[in-house]
Amino acid sequence: MDRVDGRLKVTGAAKYSAEYELPNMAHAVLVGSTIAKGSIKSIDTKRAENAPGVLAVLHYQNSPKVPGYAQEAHPTEPKPAGKPLQVFIDNQIHFNDQPIAVVVADTLERAMYAAKLVKAQYNVDKHATDFNQNVPKAVLPTAAKRNPKHGLADYVRGKEDAYKNEPLKIESEYVIPTEFHNPMELQSIIAHWEADNRLTVYDKTQAVIGTQNAFAKDWGIPVENVKVIATFVGGAFGNGLHTWPHETAAIIAAKKVNRPVKLMLTREQMFTMVGYRPHAWQKVGMSATKDGKITAITHEAIGQTSSYEEFTESTLQQTRMMYTSPNVTTRYRILPLDVSTPIWMRGPGEATGAFALESALDEMAYVLGIDPLEFRLINHTDKDPEKNLPWSTKYLKEAMQMGAERIGWSKRQLKPGQVKNGEWLVGYGMGVGTFGANRGRAKVKGTLHKDGTLVMQSATTDIGPGTGTAMVQIAAQNLGLPPEKIVFELGSSLYPPSPSQGGSATVATVGSAVHAVCQALKQRLTSMVAGNADTSFKGATVENLTFKDGYVSLTASPSARLSFTDILKQQNLPELEVSEESSPDNSLRQKYSMYSYSVHFAEVQVHPLTGQARVTNMVSCADAGTIINAKTAGNQMIGGAVGGIGMALTEGGVIDHRFGRYVTKDFAEYHVPVHADAPNISSLFVNKPDLINNPNGTKGIGEIAIIGVAPAIANAIFNATGKRIRELPITPDKLI
Amino acid sequence: MIQFQYVKPSKQKAAIDTVAKDETAMFIAGGTNLVDLMKRGIVNPEKLVDINKLPLRKIEKEDGHVRIGALALNGAVAEDKLILEKHPLLSQALNAGASAQLRNMATVGGNIMQRTRCNYFYDTAMPCNKREPGSGCGALEGYNRMHAIFGHSDKCIAVNPSDMNVALIALDAVVLVSGPKGDRKIPFAEFHRLPGDTPQIHTNLQKGELITSVDVPEHPYTKHVNYLKVRDRTSYAFALVSVAAALDMDGSNIKSARLAMGGVAHKPWRLNEAEQFLAGKPANEATFRQAAEIAMRGAKAFEHNKFKLKLGPNTIVQALKNAAGAV
Ligand SMILES: Cc1cc2nc3c(=O)[nH]c(=O)nc-3n(C[C@H](O)[C@H](O)[C@H](O)COP(=O)(O)OP(=O)(O)OC[C@H]3O[C@@H](n4cnc5c(N)ncnc54)[C@H](O)[C@@H]3O)c2cc1C
Ligand code: SF4
Repeated sequence: MDRVDGRLKVTGAAKYSAEYELPNMAHAVLVGSTIAKGSIKSIDTKRAENAPGVLAVLHYQNSPKVPGYAQEAHPTEPKPAGKPLQVFIDNQIHFNDQPIAVVVADTLERAMYAAKLVKAQYNVDKHATDFNQNVPKAVLPTAAKRNPKHGLADYVRGKEDAYKNEPLKIESEYVIPTEFHNPMELQSIIAHWEADNRLTVYDKTQAVIGTQNAFAKDWGIPVENVKVIATFVGGAFGNGLHTWPHETAAIIAAKKVNRPVKLMLTREQMFTMVGYRPHAWQKVGMSATKDGKITAITHEAIGQTSSYEEFTESTLQQTRMMYTSPNVTTRYRILPLDVSTPIWMRGPGEATGAFALESALDEMAYVLGIDPLEFRLINHTDKDPEKNLPWSTKYLKEAMQMGAERIGWSKRQLKPGQVKNGEWLVGYGMGVGTFGANRGRAKVKGTLHKDGTLVMQSATTDIGPGTGTAMVQIAAQNLGLPPEKIVFELGSSLYPPSPSQGGSATVATVGSAVHAVCQALKQRLTSMVAGNADTSFKGATVENLTFKDGYVSLTASPSARLSFTDILKQQNLPELEVSEESSPDNSLRQKYSMYSYSVHFAEVQVHPLTGQARVTNMVSCADAGTIINAKTAGNQMIGGAVGGIGMALTEGGVIDHRFGRYVTKDFAEYHVPVHADAPNISSLFVNKPDLINNPNGTKGIGEIAIIGVAPAIANAIFNATGKRIRELPITPDKLI
Repeated sequence: MIQFQYVKPSKQKAAIDTVAKDETAMFIAGGTNLVDLMKRGIVNPEKLVDINKLPLRKIEKEDGHVRIGALALNGAVAEDKLILEKHPLLSQALNAGASAQLRNMATVGGNIMQRTRCNYFYDTAMPCNKREPGSGCGALEGYNRMHAIFGHSDKCIAVNPSDMNVALIALDAVVLVSGPKGDRKIPFAEFHRLPGDTPQIHTNLQKGELITSVDVPEHPYTKHVNYLKVRDRTSYAFALVSVAAALDMDGSNIKSARLAMGGVAHKPWRLNEAEQFLAGKPANEATFRQAAEIAMRGAKAFEHNKFKLKLGPNTIVQALKNAAGAV
């Protein structure tokens, strides 16, 4: 089925947050600091204030106070895990390009111009932005300090660091640079105080309800007084999962000038103000027997965070559960630097961890002289070795087989540098990905109208995967109504609550509530027809009825049928409304371990003289439960693969540590892949349901689409050239 | 709002006079570079003289050369029949630059004049002698991956980012300019400058002088040519190193050669000695490797661009191989 909103998107009719026009709206532009650490000595705003059209220039000395800022976010001991940056509260500078002032004017151009006129003088402190120089300052995350059983705490299965004493082993270090989400749509917000204590925001966010709660708390107003609208989101990849300083700056500005205020970040600010995938160092030690049984893995990681907020991610999770190894040690640390706070980016943690783990697996396979696919199959595990639980479902082997066939894995030579296409060296590589098959709690309202249409509402968002489309399909299948008669509305805090769109959990979470709504509607329709004394439906139950094409019929004698419309008419009902909340069954979650899986196969060509590397074919296969919509699921896989190509070959942020300032802040210097970098990408699905996870049998796709892609490419490059590149991105200079 | 005046004269003389007389006036053609620079506050003209009404768009064969109007679009030149036939190297170089959308806006005159893409030049919070003389060179001890290995000074190590310029210098093009003091012709090799102590002066064009066209003289390099650009992604990125190679072949021997590099100096970098070496030699990898070594003499790299010392010669060898093999 095509996307329900596809036409709106391609014709430009879909409205994104910055596209709303409110009467009397003003425009705001942020001014960023030019030092990484220290304090503002003085700030000169005179020229900006006198510039034409300027309504206000706000900074720490004159900004209206945000009442909620005063409350300690984490009152508990020991030391708090930090808190988000609070704008304009004091003169302290924590990172370069930190917002130090917001300029509000009647037009965007005037605000931009005036923003350039704001000049600050600083007391400069010595900053620390260089990861390598500061590694000794890495610490255990607070959560792990508090609770040694926490997922971020050190983990030992079997014997600690057991690989060290084994004869057949590898030990390697891996580095990934900072990567930026950079969705097409810039982060933007329109803040409108409709009354002193009533706020409406059109906000680019993945979390409608989370944002509503955050702003209500900030401003000390009732939650229901905050309305958050995010009907369309032009990509996010995770950077809409946090509330950021620019959002509060716009709300402060709107309060001050008493007009709606629109604030859209510039592309450069997208690199400094709304999170990123943190720079990470990793080390993997691995040992195996001659015949390919992994005996031990030790995986260590250090991820960058900011000085004011602890950001952590599950970098090492995959290592604990993916392979049979009896001995596994993981150690995770974070390194606070004078930079802004990272945020989850597609495949958060796992994509980073998989680069090291799956590269190490490839290295080990070469040491053993075993085909890397064979090596993974040997160490395949049919139960979760970390939790000692059966999997809800796991069809990774099937996925591997499909992918290997499609890419032509048999053409691969174990020895590197053997296959050529003209001057180009050809190589094949693979990488496996996994991510928790998460599910949360969501509520959906469904209204069946007497014209036979169903309207559902929930406060989830759609950052691009096609959430509305999937929900319509789930309802169509479960209720027996043609999809064109169904509408799914999302992206508004006025709708029943749903969690943020993150962690690949939306279809499992919200889809389950849609399923529940359909069940409830069927139940209600059944009671109505069953109570109808003079028909053949008398005494009918849901089980012996068929719901199809908007009709209810007796399964045993399909000629007796009634349309949903007629049922409502008979009951004199204009509509039938149900609201259902659905949560995961915790008892099942204690009995089973639930993950989605992917395996990626890459064919690359590398030019031996110029070091140019091209991915020439890519096959991504997923075990992601039931595939609701093959098109949108395929889009996810292809998008993830392209993201993975960027991670492997082109993307990386660079800071000039003398200034603690990024020197790669636009698309000329920070290279996202272009079409010429993306080959034909096939996405394949096992498409078998996981009914333990949820009644629709789905598991998430968004994250596993990228997790494992970068190592597949790096491994293919090794197979082509014999060069093992352990620091991303793999640019031509590393291959000559 | 950034205030500036905008005029669009239809007479060349009016355009030249306006820019010559007004210290803050600048020509604008496709605007693909200038508008970006203005938005970032790197250049701040108070008057823009749009030259798009001037009749400078033609590509014509004249006696001994092809004359390309300064306003001919990069995309149009790359696909022009005459250029494909007479100067295929130029076509290849143009197509290696930017994106199709940009090539359809960008002009030949604007391309010649485009400013460096040095990260520090583009960020007004950073030191840069080119943008703000005396403020220091941010790149010298900073992130200098994209920077020069030839002809740099301790004041500036930036490179000229143009692909087209590399082909034009290899083909001995001549830039025709018209200014308040009359017309003159500038050989391509003398058009751009090395940074020396005055990196803020980027070319030898004088204030008020307008590029009217570029002449590309007749030459025998119509078959064995290659523009090879190595970059951080497959398309739409500036060159780490690029090479324009053109051979005139006699069987498997090289009669004469043209060779130039991009991404290595403040100006497109012609490799005269390597060209001389190639003349009369057999076209094989050993010859190409020797030529590349000659070409690299005197190269000096910095912390982050050392790879160019190896990528440079490798790319020369490969471009020569491609050119020799190209039919
Ligand atoms: C994202 C991006 C990627 C790019 N990638 C590449 C690339 O890979 N390779 C490459 O070579 N280029 C690349 N470019 C640069 C592009 O080629 C130049 O921006 C373009 O050629 C400039 O031409 P224009 O007509 O738009 O010049 P304008 O922006 O109009 O003018 C540029 C300068 O030239 C002056 N000028 C213009 N015409 C004349 C004239 N007739 N006489 C005297 N002065 C004149 C102007 O005053 C101004 O100073 C890229 C640009 C962008 C934005
Ligand atoms: S290399 Fe040149 S352009 Fe770059 S910072 Fe130094 S002076 Fe400026």
